[in-house]
Amino acid sequence: MTITEKILADHAGLVEVHPGQLISARVDVVLGNDITAPVAIEQFATLGADRVFDPQRVILVPDHFTPNKDIKSAEQVKKVREFAREHGTVYFEVGQMGIEHCLLPEQGLVVPGDLIIGADSHTCTYGALGALATGVGSTDMAAAMATGQTWFRVPSTLKFVFYGHLPPWVGGKDLILYTIGQIGVDGAQYQAMEFTGETIAELSMDGRFTMANMAVEAGAKNGIFAADAKTISYIGERARRPFKVYRSDPDAEYAAVYEFDVRNLEPQVAFPFLPENVKPVSQAGPVEIAQVVIGSCTNGRLEDLALAARVLQGHQVHRDVRLIVIPGTQEIYLAAMRQGYIETFITAGAAVSTPTCGPCLGGHMGILAKGERAVSTTNRNFVGRMGHPESEVYLANPAVAAASAILGRIASPEEVV
Amino acid sequence: MEFSGRVWRLGDNIDTDVIIPARWLNTTDPQELASHCLEDIQPEFNHAVQAGDIIVAGRNFGCGSSREHAPIAIKASGVACVVATSFARIFYRNAINIGLPILECPGGTGSTETSHQLLVNVENGRVKNLTTGEVYQANPFPPFMRELIRAGGLLPYVAAQIGRQQQP
Ligand code: SF4
Repeated sequence: MTITEKILADHAGLVEVHPGQLISARVDVVLGNDITAPVAIEQFATLGADRVFDPQRVILVPDHFTPNKDIKSAEQVKKVREFAREHGTVYFEVGQMGIEHCLLPEQGLVVPGDLIIGADSHTCTYGALGALATGVGSTDMAAAMATGQTWFRVPSTLKFVFYGHLPPWVGGKDLILYTIGQIGVDGAQYQAMEFTGETIAELSMDGRFTMANMAVEAGAKNGIFAADAKTISYIGERARRPFKVYRSDPDAEYAAVYEFDVRNLEPQVAFPFLPENVKPVSQAGPVEIAQVVIGSCTNGRLEDLALAARVLQGHQVHRDVRLIVIPGTQEIYLAAMRQGYIETFITAGAAVSTPTCGPCLGGHMGILAKGERAVSTTNRNFVGRMGHPESEVYLANPAVAAASAILGRIASPEEVV
Repeated sequence: MEFSGRVWRLGDNIDTDVIIPARWLNTTDPQELASHCLEDIQPEFNHAVQAGDIIVAGRNFGCGSSREHAPIAIKASGVACVVATSFARIFYRNAINIGLPILECPGGTGSTETSHQLLVNVENGRVKNLTTGEVYQANPFPPFMRELIRAGGLLPYVAAQIGRQQQP
């Protein structure tokens, strides 16, 4: 069996599972945010359940429109806060909160071997830890809060093997954009994506989070990495629960195996309006931009900020560009401050914000006007994703984003460093 | 269960951001959500949609975010069902969970265009274009999902389970 199949089998109390099988399984964590939890809370009330299955395993993180952007958002968050208090669930208030998918691993609330559902499509991020994590909707969240169980269709697994050392300025974002460019936005529909190979062994945890994060952008149910020494050293001191490491059997069955040699890979840029419209940065052509966003659950971690700071050091943001930097969590923000990255950003002319999803989903904190283009380290470049339906989003890694902010057009970090 | 309705034809990869843009997600009110449904790509949709209309789309309908507001907006706008070549998995789950009938036609829906008349049979998966006479075949639901739909969605199904557990 693959890691994904083993985790599902264990949580369903079965010896074996097979792709396509419908199972009912115990979940370790149920997550919701300020957009999805209010719907789930209303539904929970209709279920006739008087308490959540385990308050320590229900996690509520208002992060999309927080700090509250308007009265309606404030009312939604209030509903979530009151539910969290009433049921004693895990809850993160402004001031402690971070973007949920940066926050949960950092806080040790999700661990290797977990089966996690979250009412947010990028819940798949925790696959970087060797957990099976997948996004669901609010109704699923409501039902799982009540029962601690949910139903799954066992996915078949696609295996992605990466060979070769990563060239400079190329990281997890480029690996996953390249992969999506190869297989398309529905190339892994209903399937698990298992990432492995010598390149992955060398890749940092932050790089792995970025890759797992975007598995959903290929239509996958989950992205997963076998936990290794790096995983253990990351999670070891953070984990609030014991964990279990799963590995795919040597004779595990895969629906397909993709092998990518990445020795000559360039930083990748996804053009509007789909993450599969990928080009190497050298072939981007002259694309003038009005805004750059560095942050989100994809690339708002410390390593991402370090890369951006390295590129921005000693430079100024282009006069026609607004650069917005959003650390993923308070802990990342503090660490970036201690490392001097925040000073570099502000000196270069960037706006630095408290953790929030904000502009990533066109919520607040940097909405695009008609005709404006942005380079963003986020994960989606759909029509209207960051603002006006006639605005455009180009997805890239933090080094490309920083270089683009300096030059006022899509640029490679090699042009400025 | 059979639906007969007027078609709204959409393309491939219709994502949840265009079904209901995030700027309207500060509410959970179905009617308010419906009033912004698809406005960025089909501005006339929310004025002209009529109860019983059917959305017909290509591959990967509903990709993107997990917002249940997307199927809720579609359902509240009066759309009777969605027929697509394929659906993104979270959207598929959400639609079933809230009781929005959706049918997957892996072979596509031929020359079906906006304002054609469609006849959809949810039980046997037969989809007929009454304007052109073409017939398409959708995947039937697995038995577990039929059970969910019979129960009226996931919540009544789970409520029944909880009720059973609480009985001595
Ligand atoms: S940062 Fe963007 S993609 Fe990530 S959870 Fe927030 S809105 Fe979703």
